[in-house]
Amino acid sequence: MTATVTSHRPQPPAQPVTLRARRLPAYAAPVIAVVALLASAGVVYGAGIGGPVLVVVVAALLYLAGLYAAANAVEGRRAARNRTWSALIHSAFVLAVLPLASVVWTLVSKGSERLDGNFFGTSMNNIGARDANGGAYHAIVGTLEQVGIATLITVPLGVLCAIYVVEYGRGRFAFTIRFFVDVMTGIPSIVTGLFVLAFWVLVVSPWFNDGRPGFSGFAAALALSVLMLPTVVRSTEEMLRLVPAPLREGAYALGVPKWKTILRVVLPTALPGIVTGIMLAIARAAGETAPVLLVAGGGAAINFNPFENNQSSLALFVYQQAGEASKYSPARAWTAALTLVALVLILTVAAKLLARRNRLGR
Amino acid sequence: MAKRIEATDVTAYYGGFKAIENISLTVEPKTVTALIGPSGCGKSTFLRSINRMHEVLPGARVEGSLTIDNQDIYDRDVDVTAVRRMIGMVFQRPNPFPTMSIFENVVAGLRLNGVRRKSILEEAAEKALRSANLWDEVKDRLGKPGAGLSGGQQQRLCIARTIAVEPQVVLMDEPCSALDPISTLAIEDLMFQLKDKFTIIIVTHNMQQAARVSDRTAFFSIEKTGDPGRLIEYDNTQKIFSNPSQKKTEDYITGRFG
Amino acid sequence: MGDTPHRSAHAGTGGTRVATSHEWPAGASARVAEPSGTPGMPDNGLGGGGGLPRARAFGAERAFRGLTLAAGTTVLVVIAAIAIFLIAKAVPALRANSESFWTFEGWFPNDDPPKFGIGALAFGTVLTALLALLMAVPVALGIALYLSHYAPRRLGNGLGFLIDLLAAVPSVVFGLWGRDYFAQPVADLSAWLNRYFGWIPIFGDGPYGNSILLGSVVLAIMVLPIVTSLSREVFRQTPTANEEAALALGATRWEMVRTAVLPYGRPGVIAAVMLGLGRALGETIALALTLGSTYAISFNILQSGGNSIAANIANRFAEANDTGRGALIASGLVLFAITLIVNITARAIIYRRREFTESAA
Repeated sequence: MTATVTSHRPQPPAQPVTLRARRLPAYAAPVIAVVALLASAGVVYGAGIGGPVLVVVVAALLYLAGLYAAANAVEGRRAARNRTWSALIHSAFVLAVLPLASVVWTLVSKGSERLDGNFFGTSMNNIGARDANGGAYHAIVGTLEQVGIATLITVPLGVLCAIYVVEYGRGRFAFTIRFFVDVMTGIPSIVTGLFVLAFWVLVVSPWFNDGRPGFSGFAAALALSVLMLPTVVRSTEEMLRLVPAPLREGAYALGVPKWKTILRVVLPTALPGIVTGIMLAIARAAGETAPVLLVAGGGAAINFNPFENNQSSLALFVYQQAGEASKYSPARAWTAALTLVALVLILTVAAKLLARRNRLGR
Repeated sequence: MAKRIEATDVTAYYGGFKAIENISLTVEPKTVTALIGPSGCGKSTFLRSINRMHEVLPGARVEGSLTIDNQDIYDRDVDVTAVRRMIGMVFQRPNPFPTMSIFENVVAGLRLNGVRRKSILEEAAEKALRSANLWDEVKDRLGKPGAGLSGGQQQRLCIARTIAVEPQVVLMDEPCSALDPISTLAIEDLMFQLKDKFTIIIVTHNMQQAARVSDRTAFFSIEKTGDPGRLIEYDNTQKIFSNPSQKKTEDYITGRFG
Repeated sequence: MGDTPHRSAHAGTGGTRVATSHEWPAGASARVAEPSGTPGMPDNGLGGGGGLPRARAFGAERAFRGLTLAAGTTVLVVIAAIAIFLIAKAVPALRANSESFWTFEGWFPNDDPPKFGIGALAFGTVLTALLALLMAVPVALGIALYLSHYAPRRLGNGLGFLIDLLAAVPSVVFGLWGRDYFAQPVADLSAWLNRYFGWIPIFGDGPYGNSILLGSVVLAIMVLPIVTSLSREVFRQTPTANEEAALALGATRWEMVRTAVLPYGRPGVIAAVMLGLGRALGETIALALTLGSTYAISFNILQSGGNSIAANIANRFAEANDTGRGALIASGLVLFAITLIVNITARAIIYRRREFTESAA
């Protein structure tokens, strides 16, 4: 036995004779960084091929190469790879943070310009290109009504559908539904808008509207609920599956019928998770522009009735203001965007906090 | 090949919690040493600090000195990966890589070390699988997923994966606790063979197992929950199970507590 | 992942006793069970020697089950309805089209005779989406790994939460930012790229402004949080046992990631990328604000121009007459088909991989 081991010795993997490894000193990384920056500045400005941005980019590349070379020479290839990948992963983070931070900064600084009572108290009715005031009251009303109706439609439908898939469905049909719910998640929002346009606005609604196509807030709500449905089904499904089987069996063993078990035991247990999923779906629907643009009509005046006449929404308001030539419209657009983001984020944060407090399983 | 391990005043923490305190013992080469004791007494913590796996957990740290053939494992200049290559580890639950085949699992460690030549890998895989008494059962399906084996086979696969990199020491953290009696027997047989080449340290809850497989036994215990674990007695296995010098050890061995 | 074992566990154990009597299709047992007060069955229903009470035919159980079945079927109905109504509205416009729908580069559906073609739009849709993914995915995976395996746990969780929030920011905000504040830097970059790399055909001449490059960078920034958030979730689910196994073999941190984390997360990452692709293909408003709305197929990604199916619908909807709407709906149908193919492919990949890992587990 020992003989085979010794004969095998010279072959890789050679055991480390010593545990000690040569290490790059702690000052190596900053030194390489400074050298890379100086070299990059020299090359870029020397050749006159760019400005400070290019200096940083070239310096970053030089730093990665230098780090790899130095680590490779001192610590070996594996450690060098480890260091380089680590540096790459960290730089990916920095690279992504920059534009996202810029978006957030612009949103807050530009959006706070028109954050006044007038903005939240008035509509765009009779506001011309030279008027500095005008607000998003009608759009906020539209968003709330449309999202509210969409939620009323989607939640019972989605939860029942998830119950079918998890509790009752067997075999091919349930699998087909699951599969198409997944597929539905990927349907673009503009397509749902077109669908409601083709189905509700152009075909069904003219029956109650003297033969004219009826653009309305309700049509927008229909489109939003098509978007929300798969999200609600998926998250409810996941939560129902996390309800421990012994809980159900306990109820069955007491002679409680299955439907009552589902309504009284399973659903309440999964409820916090389901609510989280619904809130995330609402947040996403509230931010959608495309379907509302196609089917709600987007009026400038306040319209409380979602079933008749044009309605706007916050997201649509942002898009419309972005397209206007007036010098006052950018401020209105950014403030509306800030309002919209605040609404969406409050919903999202609340949903996530709820999810964090009530964890089934995991 | 196998090496001597010396622990002096080893103390390990999880954040602010002191899990073990002042453990000192010496493990001789080519022996099987069993660590026994009640749950929560820190035997696994001690085991994990031997190959520096303890520090993987956030906030965990180790004080004191641990040497392998007089090299300090916790020295500042020491390469952690070299320590772990020298001191292999088998875990409580079999943990083959789920996306890899049996063959890929066995040679995973070698590939990490930069071995690329197919012939060397195949030779090493066969050798490790034979040493782990698994070769005959899997030689016809080396390309199948490692996770498709039975629990006992998976654990032997993990042992093969560990010894394929030819470590000096093999640590086993309750390797049989998730297995049925027959698989357990197979692994115990394996330990007898492996101690020709390796120094083996095994944590076990099963006192019969400790008595069966080990040459030396260390008994760990705690005063009460929340206190750090201490080494109560360390001696030849026979002595521990027949005539322990500490009252506490005797109580535990005879089943009076723990 | 991991949900199917759960399911089979309850499918096998739960429901056996109560469910079997109700599980059959409505027609099968309805007749048999109808006479519930027949002789031989004691009225009190408790114990006695008279045998067990039969299942009721139109009980709450059946009603509830029917209700859930109807809700489930709605999903299929909606998908079918989307296809049917889009086709029904698209066909008249396509009939009226006097040019080839697939190859004509232009969009004049309101003219008489109407002329419109999808070629340039579909090209722009796919090009912007692919470019966006090309830029976003490596960065997103890097961030996801940073958050799950490199950053200190607290920081990782905090930043992960922020990324989740960014994923919820509406696309119109990104579009507005892209058009008003990002167009200038991208135009500068375009000029620089053209000056030094102009010999590569995609970095062609100006004018620079609302270009494919701008659109796809904005799209990339939008998709980034979504892909990051999903892949981070996947990476975090890597079993600790596998990570420790890799470390115990002497792996460095990167090697641990490569042997344990990445292979385990691959199906999940594919799903995340495909979802990102779906988002990118269907994105409307961000592209409506940042693309140049032209109708030519050009690989010059720097020049002002570019278009996508969804952006074109948003831009041209207001002015559309009957045929115009039909033409836009026809283009939407093509988009629907493209996303459907992408989605079904992605799901098929995921389902197959899932079966593989499960049969193995």
